[in-house]
Amino acid sequence: MKKYIKFPVLVVLAILISAGCKKFLAVDPPYTQDAENFFQTPEDYEKALTGAYDLLQASFISLWIGEIASDNSIAGGESVNDSQGLHQIDLMSQGGVNNELRNVLRWNYAGITRANYILEFKDNINFNGKDRIIAEARFLRAYYYFELVKFFGDLPLIIDKRIGIEEARTIPRSPKSEIYAQIEEDLIYASSILSTVASQKGRATKGAALSLLGKAYLYQNKYTEAAAAFDQVIAGGSYSLFADYTTLFAVSNEGNSETVFDIEYSGLEGGGYGCLVCLEGNAAPGFHGIRQYNGPIYGDGNSYNLPTQALYDAFSPIDPRRDATILDIDAFISAQANPESITYAIGAGGHTGYYNNKYIKRQGELGLPDNDLTSPVNYKVIRYADVLLMAAEAHYQNGNTSYAQQLINQIRSRAGIPGISLSSINDIYKERRYELSGEGHRFFDLVRTGQAATYIVGFQSGKNELFPIPQVEIDLTGGNWSQNPGY
Amino acid sequence: MILFNKLILSIFGCLFSFLVYCQEINISGIVKNDKNEVMPFVSVKVKNQNIDVLSDINGFYSLNAIDSSFLSLIFFYSGYVKQEIVVNNRNVIDVVLLPQFKELDQVIIIGYGEATSKELTGATGKVKGEDIEKLNVSRMDQALQGQVSGVSINTNSGSPGGSSNIRIRGLSTFGDNDPLILVDGVVYDSDGLNALNPSDIKSINVLKDATAGIYGVRAANGVIIVETKNGKLNSKPKVEYSGYYGMQETSKRLDLLNAQEYAIIKNEMFAMGGQSMPFNNTNLGVGTIWQDSVFKMAPVQSHNISLSGGTFSTKYSIGLGYFNQDGIVGGDKSNFSRYNARVNLSTDLSSKLKFNSVFLYSSDSRSTLPENGIGSVLYNTINAFPNEPIITPDGNYSYLDEVSDIINPIAQIQNQYNWSTANKFVGKEEFLYEFNDHFSFTNRVNYNYAIVNSKVFSPLVWYGDGKYANTALNAELESPLVEIADDVFLERGAAVYEDRSSFLDLTYESFLNYDRIFDSVHRFKGTLGVSVFQRKGESLNGTAFNIPNNSLDYADISANTAEGGFLNNVGSWEYKERLVSSFLRVEYSYSSKYMFSFILRRDGSSKFGENNRYGWFPTLSAAWIVSDEKFYNIKFIDYFKLRVSYGISGNDQIQNFAYRALLNGEGVYVFDDIITQGVAIGRPANPDLKWETTRQFNAGMDLTFWKKIDFTANYFIKNTFDLLFQPDVTAILGSYGPGGYPPIINAGDVSNKGIELELGYKTNAKKAFKVEFSTNFTKINNKVTGVPEGVDYLPGAAFSVGGDVATRFQQGYEIGYFFGYEMAGIFQTQEEIDASPVVQEGAQPGDIIFVDQNGDGIINFNDDSDKTNIGSPIPSFTIGASLNLKYKAFDLGGTLYSSVGQEIIRNYERQQPYANQLAYVIDRWTGPGSTNENPRLTTGPTNNNLFSSYFVEKGSFLRLRNVQFGFTLPNKLIKRLKMDSFRIYVSANNLVTLTKYRGFDPEISSPNALSAGVDYGFYPQARTFMGGVQIKF
Repeated sequence: MKKYIKFPVLVVLAILISAGCKKFLAVDPPYTQDAENFFQTPEDYEKALTGAYDLLQASFISLWIGEIASDNSIAGGESVNDSQGLHQIDLMSQGGVNNELRNVLRWNYAGITRANYILEFKDNINFNGKDRIIAEARFLRAYYYFELVKFFGDLPLIIDKRIGIEEARTIPRSPKSEIYAQIEEDLIYASSILSTVASQKGRATKGAALSLLGKAYLYQNKYTEAAAAFDQVIAGGSYSLFADYTTLFAVSNEGNSETVFDIEYSGLEGGGYGCLVCLEGNAAPGFHGIRQYNGPIYGDGNSYNLPTQALYDAFSPIDPRRDATILDIDAFISAQANPESITYAIGAGGHTGYYNNKYIKRQGELGLPDNDLTSPVNYKVIRYADVLLMAAEAHYQNGNTSYAQQLINQIRSRAGIPGISLSSINDIYKERRYELSGEGHRFFDLVRTGQAATYIVGFQSGKNELFPIPQVEIDLTGGNWSQNPGY
Repeated sequence: MILFNKLILSIFGCLFSFLVYCQEINISGIVKNDKNEVMPFVSVKVKNQNIDVLSDINGFYSLNAIDSSFLSLIFFYSGYVKQEIVVNNRNVIDVVLLPQFKELDQVIIIGYGEATSKELTGATGKVKGEDIEKLNVSRMDQALQGQVSGVSINTNSGSPGGSSNIRIRGLSTFGDNDPLILVDGVVYDSDGLNALNPSDIKSINVLKDATAGIYGVRAANGVIIVETKNGKLNSKPKVEYSGYYGMQETSKRLDLLNAQEYAIIKNEMFAMGGQSMPFNNTNLGVGTIWQDSVFKMAPVQSHNISLSGGTFSTKYSIGLGYFNQDGIVGGDKSNFSRYNARVNLSTDLSSKLKFNSVFLYSSDSRSTLPENGIGSVLYNTINAFPNEPIITPDGNYSYLDEVSDIINPIAQIQNQYNWSTANKFVGKEEFLYEFNDHFSFTNRVNYNYAIVNSKVFSPLVWYGDGKYANTALNAELESPLVEIADDVFLERGAAVYEDRSSFLDLTYESFLNYDRIFDSVHRFKGTLGVSVFQRKGESLNGTAFNIPNNSLDYADISANTAEGGFLNNVGSWEYKERLVSSFLRVEYSYSSKYMFSFILRRDGSSKFGENNRYGWFPTLSAAWIVSDEKFYNIKFIDYFKLRVSYGISGNDQIQNFAYRALLNGEGVYVFDDIITQGVAIGRPANPDLKWETTRQFNAGMDLTFWKKIDFTANYFIKNTFDLLFQPDVTAILGSYGPGGYPPIINAGDVSNKGIELELGYKTNAKKAFKVEFSTNFTKINNKVTGVPEGVDYLPGAAFSVGGDVATRFQQGYEIGYFFGYEMAGIFQTQEEIDASPVVQEGAQPGDIIFVDQNGDGIINFNDDSDKTNIGSPIPSFTIGASLNLKYKAFDLGGTLYSSVGQEIIRNYERQQPYANQLAYVIDRWTGPGSTNENPRLTTGPTNNNLFSSYFVEKGSFLRLRNVQFGFTLPNKLIKRLKMDSFRIYVSANNLVTLTKYRGFDPEISSPNALSAGVDYGFYPQARTFMGGVQIKF
């Protein structure tokens, strides 16, 4: 009888072996740092943070669209079929198929994912300085979400984790108020931790976090909170306007007292058109450059993002910011020593006679070949003049007109033109255009202040305030997202 | 009581016989089997008497002092037909026992158990060891081709040691389509089959349908179970030798232009392109026939010796083998050789406990040349210029200067040094405990340890100015210089690459088998068990430069003289994978007439993410033997069985850790104006990643006509879901940062539907003239039924150098179908072009007319809108057949294989002005009305070289795979030689191939399902003539 008992026991034993194998099956890739077992040392956090910063360099696309969508510039380029998405945006004819908008969505979510990756593992180990890393990661996340909310409004809100393909289909678009709430929370945290002076040039600071926070408030018309945030930046005393507006954007003047937050580029690594997001250089100056230009000072480029006559005419002729912002190519050539030797070409994508003079390829600022793609010129996404202008706007809306006027005149004074007395909020809006044109703010400012339909030909109110979500992205998440209104 | 009865009977019997003739005699004799082998331990009984003896080790028996009247002897041995012989007063009675074997009792291995053909509910195939041995092939899979319906074997290369693609019931994924191959329970992969000696095989069993589901997540592509040879209980030691020696040659040479034709045609081509003619004198004669120098006769030989036998409790089989094959291209530069040793041992440790042990050792080595691609030896051979000598008068190999990516193939062979060796230890240690007649319990450990070493020596070579394959700086073979820092240069000389890899598979399996019949009609069989599998692979490799004297004598990393380690580098990898499984099979049969089977397997695999680590795989099947019914009355069909099965299985053959996120992205930013390296996830995780799932339905029948003809038919529907894709994914996964990739996901579906027919005929074994014939037919319809959202198709192989994608994985089409322009003839005149309703830009008389697929009046060369389906590498049907004839001492046998309806892309022509061409260009268009088949030749711009149906050829073929004629020495002579048998034979493989295909070999294949129909200059299978002997003693 004994032997008959034996085998049921063995069977049970066997089943237990198979059931107790959860651990047995959890095989880690040997000697490999994979994403799941990465955060073991402070250096690991630093490295992952560097990865999260990387996507800032894709912001050239925001610069383009912020200008081209507005009345400031046209798309330009070799032909209307080249970067078709930008031409559609120029004409306000963008629809559900637009690779540039798809890139905005892809690149900013890549940045968010890299920041979330750090935050997912924020409790893995403890060490001195971890707070700063977490704060920078949250600053970056806020930055990327803010970019996206400006373009698309409601969006899937993913926080502190990576998601899988199945989960992606279950995440709806959160209302933009929730996105803003997250941006505010991240930036309040970041500003409470970060120091006023960055440990390395290029890192986010307290001032950067507060300025971005103020801007986020301003976009929601939360003027009190916005004013408070900007006041903190101003009161901190870390920043001042750089004396010479005309050389403000030169590589040699980078890191000056006006810099609140720069996106850093280097000219020391080559690159190709196949992967613009992989570049360490700034693609904008080369794209903005003069087509087949052969002459002094400037370098040849792709004639994109060309300022309009309307923008040129909007400036007072005595405002030195006009020529610092806009290069009148024919006037420039005829002013040179032997103009007939200077040649350039006109792209079939459009020509205005003007070029973006802030971000343009200059002889002394060339990167490695292909130097259309490797400019070392930093993108000044938040500079102190912008902070003062936004502060002025917030204070004016709060009824503090005189303080607003004082801030505006600081700006004008640095430019070397007489002060004004504010008669309406429009004076502040105009000043923003004179000061910040060519820097990617105009379209979002016009939408935010309700003036877009007035200034932008083809702009449809109730529709073009937001860009369409690329249809393929809606399809790829199972069709659960609604398209933005009107598209 | 029984004893008493017997006593009475024997007394009566004796009395009765005594009355007639009562006399006592002695009887003796020898028992042999049908193969003339002596049979020990045969039971010899005197009928109706309680007398019983066994034959001894020499088959000899003797009975003393027995009453002889009306006496009969009964000879019995398990597995043989019982014989009763009337003594008739003889003193010597020699007996030949015939095996009891019937097709229906043929044992099929079904995984963790076995069943007779009659009991089976699934679709299976079986190939016996003797049939494999007859084919004289180096790998077991080559023996399978054309033998089992639904199983297609396509070699990836005819080079010695080249692997094959084994496809059971079609292609179900663009990923890994290989079936699970188990040799005595040990997993072998397709490459690993090189280590297995075909003459060690006792049988190959193929599980084709869902009943393979007992292997769960690994069963979707079918399962092949190989058993190695074992001895026989109660048999004296038997020695067998078999060996053959043969010579191989290429089965085909291409019809290429000779020097004179080449010069004339090239002149015309250049003139047509508006360039000056390269040859002032076209009277060049035949010139160099490169193929004659590249293809060589090459020897192949095989020797196997084995010892097998058994005592009453132990059986054994021990074997040694040697195989060596040179290549028809490059001789010993493309060689394969193998040594094998094998011990199979089964012994009863007690009446209940059995021990089975298998040990297989092999050591194989292979050297290879570049093959099957641009830059391969045959590609260069086809395209080399016939006007150039192989060696120039100054003693150098000719440079073939005009085309930078064609090099002298003879020089190329000279400079190739690629070797690899594999040492493999495979074994099984198994304990089987039989509790009683119904229950047995098996525990076993399998191991497979392989050590693979490889070495590549790359000397400094110079093939001519600008050649891609140059490693030297110039013809003086100076080393190139490498800048390792500003103005710091190092010489980079000859290099050697070495790799040491090892793989260890360990499997533990434990299962219970149950088998019991109740009330003599209800039979229950059950199997319940667990299996734990682990595979570990690791590798260390290195490259070292500046090997002294540019010489093979120092081709080892240890000999390198590179400075300071700036050039040399090392690499390594390691992985581990595990599988934990439990399985259950319950079978019930009523009266052996109605049979039901249920299989359930649960697999846990480390290959998949946590959300899908475990899977359940059920299968249901049933069979009905109609001919056993009382009402059955079809006279000429003796046996009639119907089968049906349905089940789910998986394919887990994907990269390890594909579900995990790896830090191989790019995370770089500029801090303090310094480019700073960080990390980023490259491919994001997909915790939902799971196996590819196959759902398969099979309905089949087995019939026997007139007791001679066996017929089997199967119809199946095999749908595979959740193919592994890497398509575009939503932006919110964050995979589109620098260095980012989409995750691998499950999407995409494939369907295979097919019919398999098998027919076998065998004459009665007793006849002097024996005929054995079998044939099989397979027709499979393959179709891609789903691709992921946002994906139109998956691109496959490219046409020509840097050309368009020519093959696709696309919904509604066969896997790897050809996508390109359709040719509608040749424009004969300018008037015809002008009159054409379709605008074809750049067309001139003599150019290919393309079909305007979208009907917009223009041939669009900038997009895909005028391209269409122009062929498929998947055959419409395949047929295999074999015939064996035997008359007295002579035997003649052959096997045929035919594949019909597939197409092949001719992609071995280098589209360069100076490259040599196939002779069909002689029939090029030369003026109006000259031809409607081949376009004009020109060096000028033309669209004729775009991928179109012009480059697609019919690939149908019929091949005589093997034919063999043998002679067995007569018994008398054998006895004198003290042997059991002696057979000599001559044989030929691939003697005849009937095909219209212009390339080397229509039987082409590729491990990548999407390149299966693309011919890059395929290494053809050899035609081999062999002579061999088989001796038993």
